[in-house]
Amino acid sequence: MTEARAADLVVRSPASPLARPPAHPRFLRSAALRFAAIYALLFGLSALALALFLWWETAGLLDRETDQAISADVQSLAERWQEGGLPALIVTIQNRLAENVDDNAIYLLVDPALERIAGNLAFWPTSLPLNRTWAELPIERAGIRSLARVRRYNLPGGLHLLVGRDVQVRAELRDLLTGALFWALLVVLVLGLAGAIVIRGLFRRALANVSTTAAAISAGDLSQRVRITGRGDEFDRLSETINEMLERISRLMDGVRQVSNAIAHDLRTPITRARTRLEDAALHAQSEADLHAAIERAIADLDGVVAVFQALLRIAEIEAGARRSAFASFDAAPLLSDLVDLYGAVAEEKGISLRLQSPERLALFGDRELIQQAIANLLDNALKFSPPGGVVRLAAESASGMTAITVADRGPGIPPAVRVRATERFFRGEAARHTPGAGLGLALVQAVAQLHAGSLTLADNAPGLRAVLRLPGTAELAARPAATAMDA
Amino acid sequence: MRILVVEDDKDVAGFVVKGLRESGHVVEHADNGRDGLFLAASEPFDAIILDRMLPGGIDGLRILETLRSQRNTVPVLFLSALGQVDDRVLGLKAGGDDYLTKPFAFAELLARVEALTRRGKGEGPVTKLTVGDLEMDLLSRSVRRAGQKIDLQPREFLLLEYLMRHAGQVVTRTMLLEGVWDYHFDPQTNVIDVHVSRLRQKVDKPFSSALIHTVRNAGYMLRTDGQ
Repeated sequence: MTEARAADLVVRSPASPLARPPAHPRFLRSAALRFAAIYALLFGLSALALALFLWWETAGLLDRETDQAISADVQSLAERWQEGGLPALIVTIQNRLAENVDDNAIYLLVDPALERIAGNLAFWPTSLPLNRTWAELPIERAGIRSLARVRRYNLPGGLHLLVGRDVQVRAELRDLLTGALFWALLVVLVLGLAGAIVIRGLFRRALANVSTTAAAISAGDLSQRVRITGRGDEFDRLSETINEMLERISRLMDGVRQVSNAIAHDLRTPITRARTRLEDAALHAQSEADLHAAIERAIADLDGVVAVFQALLRIAEIEAGARRSAFASFDAAPLLSDLVDLYGAVAEEKGISLRLQSPERLALFGDRELIQQAIANLLDNALKFSPPGGVVRLAAESASGMTAITVADRGPGIPPAVRVRATERFFRGEAARHTPGAGLGLALVQAVAQLHAGSLTLADNAPGLRAVLRLPGTAELAARPAATAMDA
Repeated sequence: MRILVVEDDKDVAGFVVKGLRESGHVVEHADNGRDGLFLAASEPFDAIILDRMLPGGIDGLRILETLRSQRNTVPVLFLSALGQVDDRVLGLKAGGDDYLTKPFAFAELLARVEALTRRGKGEGPVTKLTVGDLEMDLLSRSVRRAGQKIDLQPREFLLLEYLMRHAGQVVTRTMLLEGVWDYHFDPQTNVIDVHVSRLRQKVDKPFSSALIHTVRNAGYMLRTDGQ
């Protein structure tokens, strides 16, 4: 089933319709453009905020100071009025004008008919509405036109008092500032747009790397990899992840290819044999007993084929990683002694001594059933290839979280030249030519090791084979990506 | 025994039904999920052989879940082409009593179905098993034959206990591997045969008649000659 699914993946056309988000105008669909626009917007908003702050701190501050000075003046003049009446007020105004060095103060006291009583303005400004307290208005003082900020104050008896400051200079400063800020904002806008275009370019270039690789792969070239810039940034990390994924996919596909080839070659033999037997019996069987014997042998052949299929499916299932859900922590010491118990009888029968060397407790994290089967396969091999009177050793030890389970025999071993290939499906060494089996045992052990982020090492036991299965003792170690163990 | 076979493949169903009838069972057959569920829910059976994938909208798992929700405890054996470990676990979790993957040998199916019906009868706690002159005391964990004490290793004891609990029935190598060792895979070597032969050395060899018999192409059976 897994093979079938994997094959589906391979043949699915890249043009198959994918779910698309609801249609936006085409240009809005560009993520690069969106990011650039967001950048420009943020840049513009911060510049605007900065300009507003500058304004508040300069022109705004000056305005507020002016208003405060005017209010203080009005306050003290009102007090003078209360203390000494009109004459005192007039004197105070004249004194204030005389003391005003900067010549920016403006005072005007008028009677109910708006006729000037005291002050340095010739007449009541006509543009000042009677209902407003504060105003900014043009004035004419000593023949010079200017701008003043004034406050009106009504005194009892229909008298009106106008206190103000000449703000012509400040107004000019403010205009200057406004102009400067306007141009600055314009520059900011241009800079923001330029930055957005640069960002869009960067973004596109970073994505183009991934996107061209992905396109090449969907077109069928699985050897392509995403280029890594070496900067070690987020894009590099993304590229690395994608490359790891591609490695794994290509390994799985190699596996599928290899298995299909192997099935074609290796299963043809027993199927042909069964077919020949049946046909031969159908044509030449002399008696019913002959027929029965032929049928039974054919069934046995087919059972062998089925067993190979099941082993293949199981390896595929393990490699697909589906069994990770059954992972748990457990003590492997009883598992080992049970296996020795199971295989001990076989060993004894063959005159082989099976020895177990294991600590009291052996922490493992993984799928108990699969680990059991993997070790059983190693023991099975060791016993199969051991000469009578030989010794098979099953040893376990834990070091820095990893548990190493060693199965060592004194059989013919595997020549170093083909040791790497020994874990391939259907690989059968020279020594295995005349023993039963399909060459799937070590492939399964290897698959189990990879599933657990562990490793299977085959070494020379001089003479014989020493298979070391390294498995994680804790959940943290098992969570590591399997790729590292696979390349080991 | 009355056995219901729910299986849509005509060849497989015919083969199973014929074989079961030849072994002396009364067999009903349904070739789709709807009829299967109707029969299973309306008539009493000693065992049900259930295909996982069935036509007619109701698959084997649904049938079983429906039966169990009605407190129907009839023993169910799944027969399925879905052989992955997770499929097996799923089937057993849903309340299945056993799981056999296609393709299968009929002897294996028959042995397992007969073992199921025995289990279905619910004997309650047993403290002593007896087959002919062989006696097993489960409390003191001792075995005697013809009054003579037999010393067994713990695993040999479990193996003999399994055989005695299924006395008179065929027990396959896979059943022993699952029932005694709790292994759910086929070892390439004939490990079970070696263990049974060792058990024979102790249980049968010193005595005049054999109790553990080999059943060709199937497995083993513990029985007295008279049976």
